[in-house]
Order: sequence, then C-alpha cells, then structure tokens
Amino acid sequence: MIQFLVHEKADSVGVATVDIKAGETAEGLYMDSQEQAQVKTLGDIPLGHKIAMIDHKAGGSVIKYGADIGKVVADIKKGGHVHTQNLKTRRW
Amino acid sequence: MSNPKVMAYRRENGRVGIRNHVIILPLDDLSNSACEKVAFNIKGCKALPHAYGRLQFGEDLNLFFRTLIGTGANPNVAAVVVIGIEPEWTNIIVDGIAETGKPVAGFSIERHGEIKTVEMASWKAKEYMHWASERKREECDLSEIWVSTKCGESDTTSGLASNPTVGNAFDKLVDMGATCSFGETSEITGGELLVKERAATPEAGEQFMALFDRYAEMIDRNKTDDLSGSQPTKGNIAGGLTTIEEKAMGNIQKIGKKCKYVGALDKAVAPTGPGLWYMDSSSAAAEAVTLWAAAGFVAHFFPTGQGNIIGNPIEPVIKLTANPRTAGDMSEHIDYDCSAILRGEMTLDESGDNLMEMLVRTCNGRLTAQEVLGHEEYVLTKLYESA
Repeated sequence: MIQFLVHEKADSVGVATVDIKAGETAEGLYMDSQEQAQVKTLGDIPLGHKIAMIDHKAGGSVIKYGADIGKVVADIKKGGHVHTQNLKTRRW
Repeated sequence: MSNPKVMAYRRENGRVGIRNHVIILPLDDLSNSACEKVAFNIKGCKALPHAYGRLQFGEDLNLFFRTLIGTGANPNVAAVVVIGIEPEWTNIIVDGIAETGKPVAGFSIERHGEIKTVEMASWKAKEYMHWASERKREECDLSEIWVSTKCGESDTTSGLASNPTVGNAFDKLVDMGATCSFGETSEITGGELLVKERAATPEAGEQFMALFDRYAEMIDRNKTDDLSGSQPTKGNIAGGLTTIEEKAMGNIQKIGKKCKYVGALDKAVAPTGPGLWYMDSSSAAAEAVTLWAAAGFVAHFFPTGQGNIIGNPIEPVIKLTANPRTAGDMSEHIDYDCSAILRGEMTLDESGDNLMEMLVRTCNGRLTAQEVLGHEEYVLTKLYESA
C-alpha cells in the first residue's frame, strides 16, 4: 500500500497519504516517474504532512513541485516531519 | 466529451445560465430588511443582503457598483428587483442590469417608507416569479458555460489531486472553447513567475504582474507580521501545508498543464472572449466567488482539503476533495470525492472527466451540496473605509 507520494524526482519531501507512525519503513511513489520510494520515519507523519526524503541543513531549501517552498530553520534528518517547526516562508 | 450539450437558460443577451433565480437586491445595508420581507412574501425569489452601499467613493464605489450590477446581470438570474434607500444610486444599478435586456425594476424607500416599498416591490417580484417560472431550458453547448475556480482550506491533498483534477478539466474546457477563470492573487505568492509564463501573450503576463504587484504592495503596507497567522490559514497548517510558497504551488495546479490565460482582469470585470482568464481577487472564498459571479461566471469548481463549506446564492459551487478524511466526516458538503487518486486507483485524466460529468449534471439542474444546504455567502469586497 502506498503511504506517501512525491510530486517530482527533484523534490526533497514527500506527502503522507495516510497517517504514518514513527519508526515505520513507509512505502511511497514518485508521481512523475512512477518509481517506488522507501523511507524510515523518525516521527509520526499525519495524513497530508511532509516527510523528508533527504537530510536538510538549516539555511537550505525544501523542494516540492520542483520549486523552493521555503527556508529550513532547523536541521531536518531524512525521515523527519517537515512543518512549521523547521520550515518558514521566504516571503512577507 | 468532444462537444457535450447541456440544458440551460439562454438569456436576452445571448449568455447562458444554469439557474433561474429572481433576486431581490438591496442597494445598501439599510435596504436589506425590505428585501428580506419581499422574499418572505413572494416564494421562490431570493434576497441578497450585504453590509455596504453607503458613502463609498472612488475606486471602491466603482467596484461596488460593478459587483451589484454584475450580480443582477449574471445569466443565472432571470429577473431582478432592486431596493435602495434613495432613487439615484438605485437607478444606477437598475440601468446597469437593464443593459442585458432582462426584466429589472427599482424601488426606493425615502418618501414611501418601508411598508409601502415592500408592498410595491412584492407586486413586482410576484410578476417576475410567474414570468421566470415559464422560462424553459434549451440545448446549449457546454462551452457556453463560464466556469471559475478557487480552492479553500487547502491541504497537501489539494496540490496532489483535487487541484490538478480542476486543471485537467480546465485544459479540456478551454480546448473546447469555454470561458474559464482563476485568481486568488495573494495565494500565487511564490509561484508568480510561473503564472506570468503561462500567459498567452507578453501583454497578458504584464497585466497579471501589475495586478499581482498591486496586491503584494497592499499586503506589505498593511501587514504587522509575516502573515503566518492568516496565510496559510490555521486549517491549511493543520492539513500539512507550511508556507505560502507551498500553498501557491499547489494552488496553480488548478490551471492545468497547457491552457494559457488570454488576459488579466480587475475584480468583477467580465471577460471579453473565450479562453482562460486571470481575475484579481482576494483569496477569501466568499469574497472571491462573489466577484466571479459578478463577472458573469455561472458555475464554480471549488477543491478543498480540510473542508471549506462556502456557497454562493447565484453561482453554484461544485466542491471536490481528495482528502479521504474530509470526504468521510464532511461528506454532506462534497459533490465529488477524488481521493481514489491518492490510493493510486484513479488517474488525473479520469478524475478530470468525472469532474466534467459533475459539471454537466450541475448545468442540467442537479443542485450542488452547497445549494441544498443553503450556503449563500454573498460577500462584497471593500477596498477601504467609507467617507
């Protein structure tokens, strides 16, 4: 069963399509290439929330839809929950 | 779906409507009460109370007149009774609506009092209801239906599935020569250069950027923080959306993969030809749909993630969601559940076709969830204080 989707191969995050528990090896799919993906989660990822596909350093960018969707404000490990605690807008 | 037909109302000016409302339209806040009394007396007509219409001036007044006239002129409206406190502005609205050729009459309360005004307006509303009830649906092309879109209470499922479903349907509608529109200016922030590139001509791209920059400047002038308490909304954040850039990238999935906009319009301005049009608007759902109804759009695609329940009194709002939780626990608000995409059980192309089928059914008379539930948010956009 698919547990998360990634819009594009270039993206650094996926989106949970079901609630995923911490420590699970989640099964996902790249929507552009239909390639399978797997990632071991470090925290609970609720449905609709983002999971890191790679390590992110503070000051870097999160890439989704192949686009920069904001700046990383705290280091994120692969499998971590990406949300307001570690990602902020570059606008406004 | 090469050239689908729908049964709809062809109005005096040639435009096609999918509803047959007789509306009782207040010029101003003071006249809401009289309009509601007429709508109580005469069954089947509909009062559209709102909060404004006094001492507005300049561009704000122009937008106000444009919105009221556009509402009455919308092809989903068969006939209009306008009630205002005084005759001069009332007649501006009546004369504007009359240009469509549809029946419209105005009444003013000063020198009559409300009771007498309600009596006179009720007689006229009764006459219009009898007349409208004998209008007949006739065969029209689906491409004659003007369709707008905006999303609300979005989450990441919107960007994954429900917004691209609208995009797929828009690509197909524009291909068959329909008139479609998108907007939500502030929610393009972070994707504005991509939207600029989707213009059919450099001029259309420049028109869009001018409207975008005007809105961004308004936000910069009035903001007291980074808007993180308002945009994304609390519902967006609960659904997993983190930044305005992420929300914008999801938002612009609604304009499909290939259709290009032919022009950029100010708020509540009608398109001048077929194709996709950008229209400047707030991202607040009720304000935005009210503006599209005033611009002449007769059906609206509304993808939602967490479950926005908005409706409009004259432009049916077709709601879709890809969030299985929303499709389950808020099912009374949802017309089309596309969560099968997230399970890998349906393609976007199939989903776009399903949405088109729901549009055809809505045009033929199926009431939307919002209409059945009585969601009639008529919310005017106000640019600044009254004088």
